[in-house]
Amino acid sequence: MNGAVVDTTTAPPEGAVKAKKSKFTYNPNRVAHTLNKLGLGYFSPFARLIGKDEPAKQLREIALNTLLPIVAFAGFVIAWAVLAKAVQTDSVQIPSPHQAWYALTGTAIPAFSHPFPESIEGLEAPYFADNDGMDPKSINGFAQAEKLAEKEYMISQQERVDKFLARSEEAAAEGDTEKAAKYKENSEMFASKTYQGNKTFYDQIWISLLTVAIGFIVATVVAVPIGVLCGISPMFNIAMNPLIQLFKPVSPLAWFPIVFVFTTWGIATPPSDSIWQRALFTSAGVVMLCSLWPTLINTAVGVASVDKDHLNVAKVLKLGWAKRIGKIVLPASLPLIFTGLRLSIGVGWMVLIAADMMAQNQGLGKFVWDMYQNGDTMSTAQIIVAVFVIGAIGFFLDRIMLVCQRLVTFEEQNI
Amino acid sequence: MAYIELNDVSVGFGSGTNRSEVLEDINLHIEKGEFIAMLGYSGTGKSTIMNLIAGLIKPDKGEVIVNGKKVEGPSPERGLVFQNYSLLPWFDVYKNVELAVNEVYAGESSESKDEKIRTAIDRVNLTDALHKKPGELSGGMRQRNSVARTLSMNPDVLLLDEPLSALDALTRSVIQDQILGIWKELGQTIILITNDVDEGLYMADRIIPISVGPPATLGPETVVSYERPRDRKAIMTSPEYQKLRTEVINFLLNEKEKERAASGTKAVSLPNIRPMDISRHKPSWFFGLRPKPKKTITAA
Repeated sequence: MNGAVVDTTTAPPEGAVKAKKSKFTYNPNRVAHTLNKLGLGYFSPFARLIGKDEPAKQLREIALNTLLPIVAFAGFVIAWAVLAKAVQTDSVQIPSPHQAWYALTGTAIPAFSHPFPESIEGLEAPYFADNDGMDPKSINGFAQAEKLAEKEYMISQQERVDKFLARSEEAAAEGDTEKAAKYKENSEMFASKTYQGNKTFYDQIWISLLTVAIGFIVATVVAVPIGVLCGISPMFNIAMNPLIQLFKPVSPLAWFPIVFVFTTWGIATPPSDSIWQRALFTSAGVVMLCSLWPTLINTAVGVASVDKDHLNVAKVLKLGWAKRIGKIVLPASLPLIFTGLRLSIGVGWMVLIAADMMAQNQGLGKFVWDMYQNGDTMSTAQIIVAVFVIGAIGFFLDRIMLVCQRLVTFEEQNI
Repeated sequence: MAYIELNDVSVGFGSGTNRSEVLEDINLHIEKGEFIAMLGYSGTGKSTIMNLIAGLIKPDKGEVIVNGKKVEGPSPERGLVFQNYSLLPWFDVYKNVELAVNEVYAGESSESKDEKIRTAIDRVNLTDALHKKPGELSGGMRQRNSVARTLSMNPDVLLLDEPLSALDALTRSVIQDQILGIWKELGQTIILITNDVDEGLYMADRIIPISVGPPATLGPETVVSYERPRDRKAIMTSPEYQKLRTEVINFLLNEKEKERAASGTKAVSLPNIRPMDISRHKPSWFFGLRPKPKKTITAA
């Protein structure tokens, strides 16, 4: 309504445009405020520094915000390295930070001794030259090897396609249409084939995110309406309360067999190259059943505790049922609903790893499980990498929800 | 027959042994276009009377009649302005008013609705803050927004439930004059609840004090017969004003006295203690373990 109106009939003189542009000045305070609101509070001293707002104070704050976490992390890595030397048996050991690094990148840090000497036993330097120098047992090396294998496969397929096409043309030139059609069919068959390689760690991250997204969205769709009903109607709340209290503390491991029955019953076996495997839905179902509760309870509390004055407004204005919920109850309870959603996605991500392990869904949980099972010397190091990645993704999911939560939270009416 | 009638109205809350009567045998007659002020201590059931007329609660006994019809529920004809504004913090000034207009004038074109919203906001001089949210408004502006929302429904009766209690004295007098201006222009029947005797004497035709309950009843009314428009300064200095003011205040003071006598409680005597001087006795806490307190509180 009060947005800028662009006048298309009479172009303003150039000077006017320039004057308007110079009005747009950098306001460090506002940028810092926005960054804080977006959960990027770490960067707000940088924004103030650019605007030359108390530079000394900002530099001190940046140093503090950056140095302290670095010091703490360095302390952690040192403790880890010491522990790795101490905790060892004949068959297993805690991998060192260097080994974890190697398990991720597939290359050793030059200044140190090689973390997995048995990996390069009998090989001559430069090691793994055919795999861009990366150990194919490591996470990145494996992904690289898969990439190369796919490339090779596609080239050999193309060769076959070309070969059959050439034969088909040959046969057509000789006038043997039947043979030509058969060769053509063969070439098309080879052209339609795709590489059925192994899932890399990065594929598994995406599958995990997809699984948790499905579980979380279904949980939200189920929990918010039930929560609203619980908040509005005390009778409904009394009726639902035993069910909620009963199922809320149940472990994902206990839900798994039950969800498994449902997905086996409800979902036809998909083709093996589809990403919509039954295991994915089983895993998503377990995530949904566990991440349902925080949203449900927070929604119910939010709706039940809507300011009585706001409801009186609805009464005096004689708002209908739908408007009362849409214009008053839901906006008033959005902050609490989003608090619930934030808790839910945290629970969902935590549960997902266990669910993936049980359901054998091709996600991060399966990665951890497979590594645990295969007994390679590099396995535990790879699990440690997975732990870091799982933590980082959980942190980002939480941040995203925090931003959503802040965006819907209205400034409370203070009297 | 008066425009607004409360006939033998009683209201109580709770049931069984928890039951307490709030209002008993209230009889109140208000003519069309009158400006009534109700005065009383807090917690005596003033708001309950407002909620009765607004239709938010029903009387246990007796009846509330407005314009010849028994009140059965809320209606846009009886606009209530809440004490704590009750604006929706996620809507701006315009949208808060729009919510009411959309309900009352549901069938009308959006241009006519827009005009009604803008007129109402203009009446309370809030046009400059059209797209500000309640969080960005001062207390006085919020209350004006709330008044605009009620005015936009074009009510015949304006029920003002302590609308100015939370405001500072200067803002108060500005909004008082605005309300009087609107009343002069539109001629609604206004009932104003207040705890300020001067406000009642300046604004109203009649002042009706409420006794200290529970259950509360209505006291003898005081007719304020100054001519309008009233000049604040001139009124305040007149001897007539002092007489009326004393009359109302005496009633209220007597009520308080009666209540004290009835409840039989004496004044609570506070223990005579001297506060501890922490600058001399620095607390020497260690990890939340508090040393035994020194005897610094001495009875005089």
